[in-house]
Amino acid sequence: MISQMGLEIQNITHRFGRLEAVQDVTLSVAPGEIHCLLGPSGSGKSTLLRIISGLLRQHQGTVSIGESVVSDASKHQLPEHRQVGFVFQDYALFPHLNALRNVLFGMSARRSQVSQERARQVLADVGLGKHLESMPHTLSGGEQQRVALARAMVRTPNVMLLDEPFSGLDVQLRQDVRETTLRVLRASKISTVMVTHDPAEAMSCADRVSVMYGGQIVQTDQPQSIYRDPVDDRIARSFGLVNLVSFEERDGRCVTPFGEWTGETRRSFKQQDCLFVRPEELFIGPPVDGEPQYDVVRMIPEAATVIYEVRGNGTPAIYVRSLATEPRIEFKRVSVRLR
Amino acid sequence: MNPRRRSVWPVLCWTFTTLLSVPLLSILWSVTKDSEGVWQHLSETVLGDYIANTLLLAVGVSTGTALIGVSTGWIVTNCRFPLSRILRWALLLPLAIPTYLSAYALTDLFQFSGPAQTWFRELSGCEHGDYWFPEVRSLPGAITILTFGLYPYVYLAASTGFSSQSASVTEASRTLGIGPWERFFRLALPLARPAIFAGLVLVLMETLAEFGAVDYCAVDTFSTGIYRTWISRGSHTAASQLSVCLLGIAGLVFFSEMIARQSARFHHSTQRTRMAEPAVLGRAKGYAVTVLCLTPICIGFLLPVGRFIALTISRGDSRAAELLGGLITNSLLVASLAMVVTVFTGLLLACIRRATSSPVTRTAVQIAGMGYAIPGGVIAIGVLGPIWYLEDLAVEFIEQFTNKDPGLFLSGTLLAVLMGYMVRFLAIPLNVIGAGFTRIPSTMDHAARTLGSSQVGVLRRVHLPLLRGSLVSAALLVFVDVLKELPATLILRPFDFDTLAVRVYHLASDERLSEASTSALAIVVAGLIPVVLLTRMMDDHGTATGSLQ
Repeated sequence: MISQMGLEIQNITHRFGRLEAVQDVTLSVAPGEIHCLLGPSGSGKSTLLRIISGLLRQHQGTVSIGESVVSDASKHQLPEHRQVGFVFQDYALFPHLNALRNVLFGMSARRSQVSQERARQVLADVGLGKHLESMPHTLSGGEQQRVALARAMVRTPNVMLLDEPFSGLDVQLRQDVRETTLRVLRASKISTVMVTHDPAEAMSCADRVSVMYGGQIVQTDQPQSIYRDPVDDRIARSFGLVNLVSFEERDGRCVTPFGEWTGETRRSFKQQDCLFVRPEELFIGPPVDGEPQYDVVRMIPEAATVIYEVRGNGTPAIYVRSLATEPRIEFKRVSVRLR
Repeated sequence: MNPRRRSVWPVLCWTFTTLLSVPLLSILWSVTKDSEGVWQHLSETVLGDYIANTLLLAVGVSTGTALIGVSTGWIVTNCRFPLSRILRWALLLPLAIPTYLSAYALTDLFQFSGPAQTWFRELSGCEHGDYWFPEVRSLPGAITILTFGLYPYVYLAASTGFSSQSASVTEASRTLGIGPWERFFRLALPLARPAIFAGLVLVLMETLAEFGAVDYCAVDTFSTGIYRTWISRGSHTAASQLSVCLLGIAGLVFFSEMIARQSARFHHSTQRTRMAEPAVLGRAKGYAVTVLCLTPICIGFLLPVGRFIALTISRGDSRAAELLGGLITNSLLVASLAMVVTVFTGLLLACIRRATSSPVTRTAVQIAGMGYAIPGGVIAIGVLGPIWYLEDLAVEFIEQFTNKDPGLFLSGTLLAVLMGYMVRFLAIPLNVIGAGFTRIPSTMDHAARTLGSSQVGVLRRVHLPLLRGSLVSAALLVFVDVLKELPATLILRPFDFDTLAVRVYHLASDERLSEASTSALAIVVAGLIPVVLLTRMMDDHGTATGSLQ
C-alpha cells in the first residue's frame, strides 16, 4: 500500500561487489519535512540519496514518490523522469553556463518567456536577482550553493535531495544559507532528505533524523529525542560528550554516585549496566562531607558554556557543563550532583 | 534483482575494439603461416643485425634523450637565466620536425660533400683522408639525430614532473640538511621519475617505429626490414613475422610502463601545491646554461630548418608549381578525413569509458588505444592482411554474379589508409578527450540527469561544450601526426596517390634534397601547430600534460 508520504523507501539493499553499502533500509519523508541522514563517512548516506534519485538502481526494495512506485524489482524510472531535485556537495554547476542558464537547464521550454520569468523569479527568491548573468566561477561559495538550489527548485520537484550542501561554506555563511534554503523548501512543501555528518547541523534544521551506521538506519526520531534517548553509545557520543554513570536499584529508585535519578526514562544501554547522563544534567559545587569528591583536572571553555573534566580516585573522567555566565569554579576539589 | 540494465555501450565498445584489433591479430596469425623460405633466409642473414641495431638504437636514444630532456627540464623549471622564458617553449621546437626530415637535413649538412665539411676543408686546407669526421650515415649518427629530434618528449614530461613538486617538500629537505645536488638525486628525480619514465616510453615507441631516419642513415632495424621484406621480397607473411618481433619489443615497453605507472605514483599530501621560487643564476652560470639549452634547439630544429630554407631559396622543387597543389590537397584530404573519423571514434569510446563502470569494457577501450605503441609499418601490414582476405571473398562473390573483376576496391583505396591511421592514432583523442573528461566531475552528469537530460542530452549539452578545447587539441594533434606519418602511408596509399611526406621521402631517397626541401618546409610549418598548442597549454597551466600521451 502506498501511503500519502512524499517519499517512501522500503527495504532498500544495495551492494558494491561484496560490500553491502545499504542494508534493508526503510524510510518515509512527509511533504514539507526536512529529514536528515546522519552518519560517518562510508555509512551509506550518499548511496541512499543516489538510489532515491535514480542514479543508482538498488538490488532490493522499493522507492515511491508521491502516489507512484518509481523503482522496484520490475521497473526503474530513470533520474531524468523523476521529479527529484538534487543539490550536490560540490554544487555541480555547469561552468560554461551563467547562473540564469544553469537554472534554465532543466526546464522544458527554455526559450519561452514563461520559463525565463520563472527562472528569474526562483533566483530572486534565493537572493540572486542581481547575479543572473554571472558565471559560476565569479560567484562566492554561498552564491554558488544558492544557484544550485534554485536550479533544483525550478522544476518544482516532489523530493529534494541535499548531499552535504553546506559543508563548503564558512560558519556564518553556512547558517545564513541553511536558513534560506530550508525556509524555501518548507514553504514549497517539498519532502527533503539532507545528508550530513554534522550532528549540530542535523539538530538545528531537521524535523527528523535517521542515524546510519554500516549501511543500516540505527535510529530514526526527532533530533531532541535522539539526543536525549539514543539507542546506543555510538549515537550518544556522536551528538556530544556523554557520561556513563553506574547506578543501583534501591526500593524502585535509581541511585547514582551523584544522587537519585528522577528522569522519565532510565536511559541505560542494553549492553552496558550504567546510566547515560549528559554533562548539562550534572552540576558542580563545593566539596560536601560524606559525598564522593572529585578533582577538577581540566576546564574547557566553549562559547556559551564551560565544560569541567573531573576525576575521582581511579574513576573515569566525568564531564560537567555549566553556563559561561555562572561563576567559575575556583576550588580544586568538588562535589558533583545531578541537577 | 539485477540493478544494471542491459546496455548498448559494451557491445558498441567491443565492436570498435575488435575492428581496431584485427590488424594486430592478423599479424599475430601470420606466425602460423609459411613464408616460403623468406623467414629462414632472413634469420640466417639479417635478423641478427635487426635485433642488435634496434636494441642499440633504443638504448642509445633513450639514454641521450633522458640526459638532455631531464637536464633541460630541471634547469628551465628551477632556474632563471638569460632567455629562460623563451627557451622554456623553444625547447619543444624539434617536435615540429619529423625525424626523417632532420635526418635528411643533418646528413646533407655534415656529409663529406656537405657545407660543414667543405667549409672545414677550405679553412684548414685538409684533403680527403687527412682528417676524421664523424659519419652521419651510421648507427651513432642515427642515434644522434633521433636523440635531438625526440628529447622534447622527455623534456616536456620531466618539466611537468619537476614543476608539480611542492616547494614545501624542497624546504623540508633543506631543514634536514640536504644539499642541492643531493636534493636533485634523492628528491626531485625520484619524485619526477614516473613522469620522466612516461616520456621515455614515448621516445622508445617512436624509436622502434622510426623508419625514414634510420632508412636514410642506412641502419638495418626491424622497421626498415619490414618495409624492405614487403616491397623488395614481396613477402607479406615474412614482413608480418618480422612485425611480430617488433611488436614483442613494443609490448614489453608498453607493459613495463603500465607496471611502472601502477607502482610509482606519488601524490602530494597537501591539497595545494605551492611552486618553488626559481633560483636566479649569476651572469657566468646564466650564459653557460643558456648555451647548454640552446644547443639541442640548434641541432634539433634550427639547423634542419635553416638548411631546408637555404635549399628552397637556392633551388627548391622545380616542379613545385605543378605538383605542390596536388600534394597539399592529398595531404590535407587524408589528414582531414583521418582527423574526423579518429576523433569521432575516440570521443565515442571516451564517452563509453566514462559511462560504464565495467572493468571489462574499460579494458576494451584501453586495448583500442594501444595502436600508438605499434609502429606505422606494422599496422600497415596488419591492415592489408584482413583487407585482402575480405577483398578476395568479395571479388569471388561479385565475379560469380557479374562475370566482371571489380579490381582493388578496398586495398587500393583511402579506406585502407584511414583504417591504418585510425588504429595508429586513436590513442591521441582517447587520451586528450579522456583528460578533458576527468575535469568534468561526475556530479555534473548526475545534476544534468536529475534535471531531465538523457545520457545523449548530457553529452550534447554538458560534455561537448566543456570538451571543446580537448576536441580541438585532439583534432589538431591527429591532423598533424597524419601529415607527418610516413611508413603506413607509403605501404597503404592508393596507387599514384602522393602526399607531402611521400614526395619528400622519394626525393630524399634519390639524393634530390634540394627539391625535397619545399615539401619538407610545408610539413614543418604544419608541425609547428601542435607545438604552439603545447606552449599555450604550458603558459595556461604552467605545465602541459597528457596531450602527448
